[in-house]
Amino acid sequence: MSKKSSPAAPSEPADVSVAVPSPHAAAPANAKLTTEQRIELYRKMVRIRRFEERCLPVYNAGKIGGFLHLYIGQEAVAVGACSLMGKDDHVITAYRDHGHAIAVGMDTKPLMAELYGKVTGCSKGKGGSMHYFAPELNYWGGHGIVGGQIPLGTGLAYAVKYQGKKGAAMAFMGDGAVNQGAVHEAYNLAALWDLPVLFVIENNRYSMGTSQERSSAGVLGKRAEAYDMQWYQCGGHDIYEVRATLDEALTRARDQHKPAVVEIDTYRYRGHSVADPDKTYRDRKEIEEKVLTTAIIEEIDAAARAEAERAVEFAEASPFPTAEDIQKDVYWETDQPARTSEGRIFFNNVK
Amino acid sequence: MATLTYREAIRAALSEEIERDPNVVIMGEEVAQFNGAYKVTEGMLEKYGPKRIVDTPISEAGFIGMGIGASMLGIRPVMELMFWSFFSVAYDQIVNNAANVRYMSGGQIACPIVIRGPANGGTNVGATHSHTPENILAHHPGLKVVVPSNAADAKALMKTAIRDNDPVMFLENTLLYGIAGEVPDGDICLPFGRAHIAREGKDLTIVTYGRCVLHSLAAAEKLKADKGLNIEVIDLRTIRPLDVDTVLKSVAKTHRVLIVEEQRPFCSVGTMLAATIQEEAFDELDAPILRVGTIDAPAIYAPPVEKNYQLPNPERVIEGVLKVMR
Ligand SMILES: Cc1ncc(C[n+]2csc(CCOP(=O)(O)OP(=O)(O)O)c2C)c(N)n1
Ligand SMILES: [Mg+2]
Repeated sequence: MSKKSSPAAPSEPADVSVAVPSPHAAAPANAKLTTEQRIELYRKMVRIRRFEERCLPVYNAGKIGGFLHLYIGQEAVAVGACSLMGKDDHVITAYRDHGHAIAVGMDTKPLMAELYGKVTGCSKGKGGSMHYFAPELNYWGGHGIVGGQIPLGTGLAYAVKYQGKKGAAMAFMGDGAVNQGAVHEAYNLAALWDLPVLFVIENNRYSMGTSQERSSAGVLGKRAEAYDMQWYQCGGHDIYEVRATLDEALTRARDQHKPAVVEIDTYRYRGHSVADPDKTYRDRKEIEEKVLTTAIIEEIDAAARAEAERAVEFAEASPFPTAEDIQKDVYWETDQPARTSEGRIFFNNVK
Repeated sequence: MATLTYREAIRAALSEEIERDPNVVIMGEEVAQFNGAYKVTEGMLEKYGPKRIVDTPISEAGFIGMGIGASMLGIRPVMELMFWSFFSVAYDQIVNNAANVRYMSGGQIACPIVIRGPANGGTNVGATHSHTPENILAHHPGLKVVVPSNAADAKALMKTAIRDNDPVMFLENTLLYGIAGEVPDGDICLPFGRAHIAREGKDLTIVTYGRCVLHSLAAAEKLKADKGLNIEVIDLRTIRPLDVDTVLKSVAKTHRVLIVEEQRPFCSVGTMLAATIQEEAFDELDAPILRVGTIDAPAIYAPPVEKNYQLPNPERVIEGVLKVMR
């Protein structure tokens, strides 16, 4: 972890495995973790990995439509970040959203069912892979338009502060998203109005087929300086480093309503979407640590695989939405038993 | 004649225009090194180099606005939107700058930009990625809107678009990219505003465009076989300018109209067509004009529901025809 106020040298290529023991294990956020909590962090990362690996044959069998953007390689970021959430902290991200969904505590059955487009999916089969939501877990999606979620995350922070709660929002984006105008407008609003939001850049080096160097001028996180915002840069393969960095930034946000940009160095092991070429794949090493015995690792892995299998069975057995469902969930009002608006036509259903 | 896919036909037009006019520049996300998200620009970087084929950051408002500005000085940018769905990020640039600059300057400034990319549903990419904004674009005087249904038209209309001195919105379709057709050789441009009678008939006129032409032709064949009906299918090719005369001539022959569009019906292109037909040919109509379109809701993800229920398909077109014939 490093706090920045001056240009940083580009970080080294990410190493997949964590240094054992992590130099960040002693940071306050990590020192207080119990053994069970540490194992739980590991378990979550494995659950994400196994869930997504299980998606692949389903996608290849044609049962998942559209895009499937896998989070494989980035698990430590979402799990580390979401493990710091208190009851008034919120998360929002882009379309690469499976990891965050599992990290905030969503059940994998409705997640898999959503990929199948089934009515039992977390968005009733309406959203698909890019649009997972769980407001009850303070998870505000899953957004398909690059950068579009960043003003929303700023709005979550605005609402938290407005309502006098002690919390913060973490708005995740990719390294390509930083070049959207909406992101810069949000930066300014957050800094100008002291909003408790962290703009978390998951820098996996690529936006689709474009490397960071070919799409962005300068150091991504450093753009915060123009708005007088604090910024951090850290590695994304050591979950303790992610936690230590975000814990500090979150504490500032909650206590002082100070926004920050956090650029996390990570790596995307698969193609942009499953259908895209996959040249960047590299071998994966499991994370190892003293608290994890071989027996625990094996147990966790077997349980995660079994869970993914159950999710597939659940999704397979679930029905699709019906034709009538297409026009439900469009307006709050039309989903109520009685309407308040007058006028006959809400929906133009041609004869 | 050559047999080209829709994708190859557009690429051929782009390549010929790049070679013809040094001011033509192609820009967009992933168009160069990655060969285009849908491979329309495949091989073009290698052939024409990085001055002509340019990868942009994910900054639609920025690069489209930049293209509009460059066009005011005579560059002819062809901007790719990876999906037309992302036009909303650049909407201000398109409707306030591209559409209005000529008007607001009293005709002193031209804006010869082309913005192109796919605009369609049917690939299960959900509500944010399935917009069909031809009605929204055509609503703005100053913009031209092109919606080719086949390879030959796509090529000839793209060449016209690039040479046109107004901003042209060129809406393609990911589900048409792979469909091959005969494309005439040579430097052929097709004027905007000339609809094509894709199938002649006397019993009913289907007015349509884009991929719905294929649904309509399939429906027409089935209706001929099953019911002996002779359906005329008009492919509009461009929404603005709109070839009303070809439509009216057909209505005067068939007296019945079905509009088929991959549009939600509320304030759609079909709405404009229906209003215009009844204004100009009310006495010719033997039945109310009906429309088949997208079920009026955001695009649902669930793959079979989108395909079978929400979007137009040949079955729904047949149903629509039979209702008008009733
Ligand atoms: C406004 C907009 N433009 C383009 C796209 C198409 N698109 C989807 S993801 C993507 C790359 C984004 O890369 P990055 O922000 O680095 O995130 P990553 O995919 O690496 O997680 C692009 C260009 C989009 N969804 N929205
Ligand atoms: Mg990226």
